[in-house]
Order: sequence, then C-alpha cells, then structure tokens
Amino acid sequence: MTKLLSVAPAPHIRSKKTTNLIMLDVIIALLPVVVASGILFGLNALVLIAVSVAGCVLSEYLWCRLMKKPQCVQDLSAVVTGILIALNVPASLPIWQVLFGDVVAIIIVKQLFGGIGYNFVNPALAARVVMGLSFPASMTSYTYPAGTLEGMSGATPLSSIDALSNATPEAATHLGKYADLFSLFIGRHGGVLGETCALAILIGGIYLIIRGIIKPIIPLSFLATTFLLHYAFGSIAPLHAILSGGILLGAVFMATDYTTSPYTDKGKLVFGVGCGILTAVIRTYTNTHEGVTYSILIMNLLVPYINKLTRKKPYGGAAK
Amino acid sequence: MGKLKIVFNGILKENPVLVLVLGTCPVLAVSVSVAGALGMGIAATFVLIGSNAVISALRKIIPSNVRIPCYITVIATFVTIVMMLIKAFVPSLYAALGVYLPLIVVNCIILGRAEMFAAKNKMLDSILDGIGMGLGFTLIIVIMASIRELLGEGSWFGVSIIPEEYTIGVMTRSPGGFLTYGLLMAALAAILAKKGKKPLKFSTSNGCADCPVASACNGSHECEEGAE
Repeated sequence: MTKLLSVAPAPHIRSKKTTNLIMLDVIIALLPVVVASGILFGLNALVLIAVSVAGCVLSEYLWCRLMKKPQCVQDLSAVVTGILIALNVPASLPIWQVLFGDVVAIIIVKQLFGGIGYNFVNPALAARVVMGLSFPASMTSYTYPAGTLEGMSGATPLSSIDALSNATPEAATHLGKYADLFSLFIGRHGGVLGETCALAILIGGIYLIIRGIIKPIIPLSFLATTFLLHYAFGSIAPLHAILSGGILLGAVFMATDYTTSPYTDKGKLVFGVGCGILTAVIRTYTNTHEGVTYSILIMNLLVPYINKLTRKKPYGGAAK
Repeated sequence: MGKLKIVFNGILKENPVLVLVLGTCPVLAVSVSVAGALGMGIAATFVLIGSNAVISALRKIIPSNVRIPCYITVIATFVTIVMMLIKAFVPSLYAALGVYLPLIVVNCIILGRAEMFAAKNKMLDSILDGIGMGLGFTLIIVIMASIRELLGEGSWFGVSIIPEEYTIGVMTRSPGGFLTYGLLMAALAAILAKKGKKPLKFSTSNGCADCPVASACNGSHECEEGAE
C-alpha cells in the first residue's frame, strides 16, 4: 500500500474555479462580441462599453466603500455587468443614460439585495428594462452598420418582420427576400450593440461551454423552444427568429447567470424551455417586437420555485 | 406623555408612512407632482384632525361592536367637507387629485389613528396626534413628490429646473414610486438606527417593547388576538 486514504470533511470534489476566474472567462467570451460591435458600429460602441464598465466598477467600489462593506470590486463581476449593459443599448445612446443604467444595475438590483450571489434578477437586464422605461426614445433609436440590408433599415429585423407580416399575411413567407440569413448571421442589421452579430456570440458561447463555465442546457433548450414555437405559430420564419433580436445574446450570456438560474440540470431545462415559450409568445402575441428581456426576467423570478421543485432527492431519502 | 412629544412622534418615530406603513396607496399614486402631493397632504391632515377630534369626543358613546361603521361615517363627513371646499376654491387641484380625494375615506392612516389613538385618548391629545400624523404624512408625500418630479419631469412645483432631455421617465411611473418609497424607508430606518433606536417593527415576539404603537394601545395586547 503506497497511498494513504485521506479522510477529510466535505466537500470532497475540489475545483480551481473561483468567482474571479469564472468572471475572467466570461469577459474573454464576451470579447468577440465586443470586437464585433466595434467593427459594426464604430468607435462609439467601444466608448459606450468602456464607460459602462467604468460606471459599474466605480458604483460597486463606492458602494462597498461608503457602506463599509468588504471591498468586492476585484471579483470582476461588475466588469461583466458593465459590458452586458453596454451590449444591450443602441450605439447612439447618450453616455449619461448608460451610467444611469450602471447605477441601477449595481446599486439597486445587486447591492441593495445583498451583493453578488443575492441579486434577484439579472442586473444587466433589469437595467435594460429601467432604461427602456426611462428613455423610450433613445433606447429604441437603433443605428445601422454600414451595408445594412435594404428593407431592413426600418428598425431591428424583428420589427421589420412584424411590419411586413402586418402588411400582408403572405409577407411572412417572403421574408427570405428581405433578410438573407448570412447578413443576420454576421450582424449586418440594426439593433443594440451586442445582439446583431450571431457569429461572435456563438464563438463566445462555445468558449464558455468548452471551459465548463456554462452548461449548454439553458441556451439550447431556450433556442430550441423558441425555434419550434415560431415554427408552430408561423409568425416569423424560425431561423430568422433565433438569428435576430436579442435571443442569442440572452440565451448565452444572460439566462446562464449563476445566481439567477436553477442549480440542477432538470431545473435548467425547465428554465430554458420557459424562457423560450415566453419569448415566442411575447414576440408573436404582444405589440412589442422583442421578448427576450422580459422572458428571462420573469423566469429569473421563478428560479427559487424551480429550484425547490427540481431538487435532487438523496438516495434512500424520504419519498416526498 | 408630553403634548409636544405627541406631535413629534408622528413626524419621525411613528411616521405613518415610513414606519407604520399606512396610507401607501395615496403616497404612491399622488406623489408624481409636488403641488398635488401638498394638496393631498393638507386635505388628509384636515380630515385626520377633524375625525380624531370627533371620534375622541364620542369615544365613550360609540359601542365597540359597531365602532368601525361609526368611524367611517365621521371620516366620510370630513372628506365630503374637504371635497366640497377644494372643488369650490381650487378646482385645478380637484381635477388633479381625481379619485384619490374621495378615497381619503379609506385612507388607513385616518382609520388607523382613530382606532389606535383617538378611541383611547382625550380630545386635545387626539387633535395633537392628528396634527403630528398629518404633518408626517404631508412631509413624506411632499419629499417623495419632490424627488420624483425633479428626476422624472425635471421640474419642482411646476418650475422647470432640469432640461427635458435629461429627465428619467421611470420616476414618474409606478416603479419609480416604489423605488423612492423603499429608499426613503431605508433612509429613515438608518436615521433612527443612528440615534441608537432599534429599527422599528410590528412584532409581538418581544412583547410590547419593540412595538411602535405600544404607547397607544396601553398594553392591551389587542395585537395578539387576531394573530394574523
């Protein structure tokens, strides 16, 4: 016998993952999206992202400082929130409005509820909703990258599609003519900074999955449900539906947030499917074009119940 | 209890809005403009003083089985007077307050003070309590309206201060109301905590020691009866 059996209290499975490293990986995964938004929307986009990161980090630093709490700014989560907020706004948004969103996300949604790990919904998405309510005009005045498709310049692809299908019921079947999938895939269309380039989001998502930061369950179930439901409703061509709007960005980077998504695989599946159903229903049956933000926020609020109902039972434990 | 203390209780320590959490409906709904909020505060204060005085005077005559209908009748009388006065002299305020003016009848602060204070105390004390609670209510609703009108509309009392492109629309909507309300509650709790007082809560776990209305109920333990 060469090896001694070591006896130690739980946890027995160790990992080198720390909050710091996870957040660093998320930032690396977001880099392709940041670069893509810089290429598509120009320098303005990069300035917005930089300002937003600075705003979030500063809010977090000052809050911990003023409230005499242990300084938590070095865990990099504020940087992630900052990037995500900037990726959720149009390139023409005034700087001070982004900073307002940063303060809402970090102070109100995150720190007032107890800081990292206690936020009840995704801070970046909550900030997006508050900004949308506060600045309805500037939050929906999208700018268009050079070479935007003709017929797509009305607004985001989703609202163009909505307008088309409202005009004539048959228009929906002719969508291919207006939005070719390749342009949607590489992001040559209107929208917020981070949502247009599907390619960059997919690269980031695959990196996160390979590094083991996220499990593919939530993004895949989210996208698959939306795809199938759009197919069933016949409102928007299914492939166009998942390549346009914020669904890819939301599915990969927002819905997978640790604090606001369920623990177990079964729970994650319920969460992803719920997000998908809500997104498709909101897009099809309400008069807003985009449903990803609200669907993820609503499912965020349901996470405690999903966790409770999908908890794993200990082997040999009570049947109930 | 000192007469002055009764008045000041309503402003800070037993503030009806932020500590007793009564009358939240008008506070959230009317605090969009300072002018409307001030009108609401004055109207409610008038009703509160009047109803406290009358209910206190009648406290030995009103049978306890039917006390709530009696209180409502008295309160409704004063609300009707206020409504007629405002409609006659300040019609613009009457239009601005809309349905929230008659709703003063069911304002929890007024019914609450009738039940908690006026029904158990002498008439002068009850009037002072009405003044204090009314001032506390008016103060908070005006502070809230100032914050919301300034940030949401860029103006204060209708005077434009911040250019329109720098206003934050959410503040004049209901989320902004809840947000301001919560932040003010936290601020008052912090002020009271700094003064060395425990954060005030309705709690029977510690007997009457922690209860902000203990002085009003004279240890009758009514709060334990319902156990809701």
